[in-house]
Amino acid sequence: MTIAAGVRPKSPIERLLAANSWLVYAFFYAPIFLLIALSFNDNENVGVWTSASTRWYSEMFQQDDVMRALRNSLIVASVSTLISTLLGTAAAISLERFRFRGQRVYDGLVYLPIIIPDVTMAVMLLLFFAQAFNIIDGLFGSKPAFGLGTISLAHIAFNISFVAVVVRARLAQLDSSLEEAAADLYATRWQAFRYVTLPLIMPGVAGGALLALTLSLDDVVVTSFVAGPGATTLPVYVFGLVRRGVTPLINAVSTVMLAASMALVLISLFFQRGTGTVAITEEEPLEET
Amino acid sequence: MTDSVKLTGVTKRFGDVLAVDDLHLNVADGEFFSLLGPSGCGKTTTLRMIAGFEFPTSGSLTIRGQEMALNPPNERPVNTVFQSYALFPHMTIEENVGFGLRMKKVAPADIAQRVKRTLDMVQLSHRASASPSQLSGGQQQRVALARALVNEPQVLLLDEPLGALDLKLRQAMQLELKDLQQRVGITFIYVTHDQDEALTMSDRIGVMSDGKLLQVGGPQDIYEHPRSRFVADFIGEINLMPAVAVDRDSVKLLDGQVLMAPHDAPAGRSVTVAIRPERFTLFRPDAEIPSGRSSIAGKVIRRIYHGDVFLYDVDTAEGLLEVKEENRPNVEVFEIDSQVVVSWSPSAATVIED
Repeated sequence: MTIAAGVRPKSPIERLLAANSWLVYAFFYAPIFLLIALSFNDNENVGVWTSASTRWYSEMFQQDDVMRALRNSLIVASVSTLISTLLGTAAAISLERFRFRGQRVYDGLVYLPIIIPDVTMAVMLLLFFAQAFNIIDGLFGSKPAFGLGTISLAHIAFNISFVAVVVRARLAQLDSSLEEAAADLYATRWQAFRYVTLPLIMPGVAGGALLALTLSLDDVVVTSFVAGPGATTLPVYVFGLVRRGVTPLINAVSTVMLAASMALVLISLFFQRGTGTVAITEEEPLEET
Repeated sequence: MTDSVKLTGVTKRFGDVLAVDDLHLNVADGEFFSLLGPSGCGKTTTLRMIAGFEFPTSGSLTIRGQEMALNPPNERPVNTVFQSYALFPHMTIEENVGFGLRMKKVAPADIAQRVKRTLDMVQLSHRASASPSQLSGGQQQRVALARALVNEPQVLLLDEPLGALDLKLRQAMQLELKDLQQRVGITFIYVTHDQDEALTMSDRIGVMSDGKLLQVGGPQDIYEHPRSRFVADFIGEINLMPAVAVDRDSVKLLDGQVLMAPHDAPAGRSVTVAIRPERFTLFRPDAEIPSGRSSIAGKVIRRIYHGDVFLYDVDTAEGLLEVKEENRPNVEVFEIDSQVVVSWSPSAATVIED
């Protein structure tokens, strides 16, 4: 009996599993498509479709509140991404390449912000800032205000962990004899880092930075606790709007945020995959002289 | 001859583990010196201390007369060829080879010229702008060599550089390396667990075990006159027969036979007589053994045809002896279960005291 390639009768279980995966996809993506579709709805009422228009998108760009929140989001995201990428990369290198007292404790604690619930993190930071500001008030007689500064600090606090995790994974793959080779070839510690280590972990650093950027742009819980009056980021602003009832304007804002997040995640994935193999792999000889 | 590298009482501990134990070693200028031993014997740690990747717990290490035990690698006039080659994957072959010169701030024009010349030497100038992953294992190996040699180091350290290559290429590279070393005249310190490699290339070999340097000598010296059971056993095949020292010129085997074999053990001390399989000759029981030769009777229990040689296992009063006979045109081939006489000349026997 001959068997035709690829034509094997499917068992009922296989059919069931296939159907299930389609259901899961539908569950994930139907709301997204609904959101995108309704953001182009001309009607004031979210649930009633009248005709397609980009009315809410143009309205979005004309609303000062939305634009101010967007600007705040971008400022906080850039500042916190820059600083947390520097600190997170430094943390990853110190954990992966050096031995120091208390390292094991530090090793565990650096990942804490990833594990603890957002709300806990938010309350912690709020308390911390309040106490710190009281002390500053006592010492200098003036009290710093909650605002973009506190939001940025809070974002840095949780982003360091994520950057550290991503960069460290990259470093762990890096053959440490490459750094030894650099030192052997007369490079100082700094030169070895600058010319060998950094270029090779760059995909990890870039991936970590984009992850930090995404997390900062998306955060609601921590931000709303430490924002203080007047300093609102885009996601917090949207959350506020929803409480006053969903309007198609929110759909438009959400769609823009979704597109931006997805673009960042895609770029991040691209960087992490890009120059995939760090160590020299045992490849088939291409040519022998 | 001046000492290129000199280790005096060098000890290295990793926590409770004694990796290198009171090592004394002088490597002469221009010498091809191999550190040979099984994995975990401390040979790589010794090499890494010379390179500056590890620092001795105690002892002194000089390179060309200068104390260097605690200097970082970038301050030492040595370069390393790594087992994994450790080529920088984000640089071209040219950039890899020029890296050391760039770090030493050599003028760019000189760098280009020296890189070109060194790549010519390893026959890879046509691949100068390729990236390491585009090269075969053998080519990567040669780039690693070029990257080290271009700096004209006083000492070149090689950490099992041929380990990842297949047998044919490895054998070709052994000869190429030896040839290269003689041309450039740089001191080579070569770490390997492969006795063939060490015997083929080295001027001298140091055999290590458990962090200790057991014996240092030329390849022939090490092979023919091992001074300890470990060295005898680690390098090639060898037959070991327990015996008792009679006087400075002879020992007595278990069966009472007295052999002529010079040694330094006091009378009555138990010793081991070591004889290489190829130093044995097999005779028929009725054959006349040439005078002056020692012999022992036995029975062939196994014969293996190896193409160039026959390997026999012969059961004797001294235990199982392995005999290697060359497959010459008129060599007599013995069948399994046939009675034979194993014979050897006194110079073939080495007495090991332990």
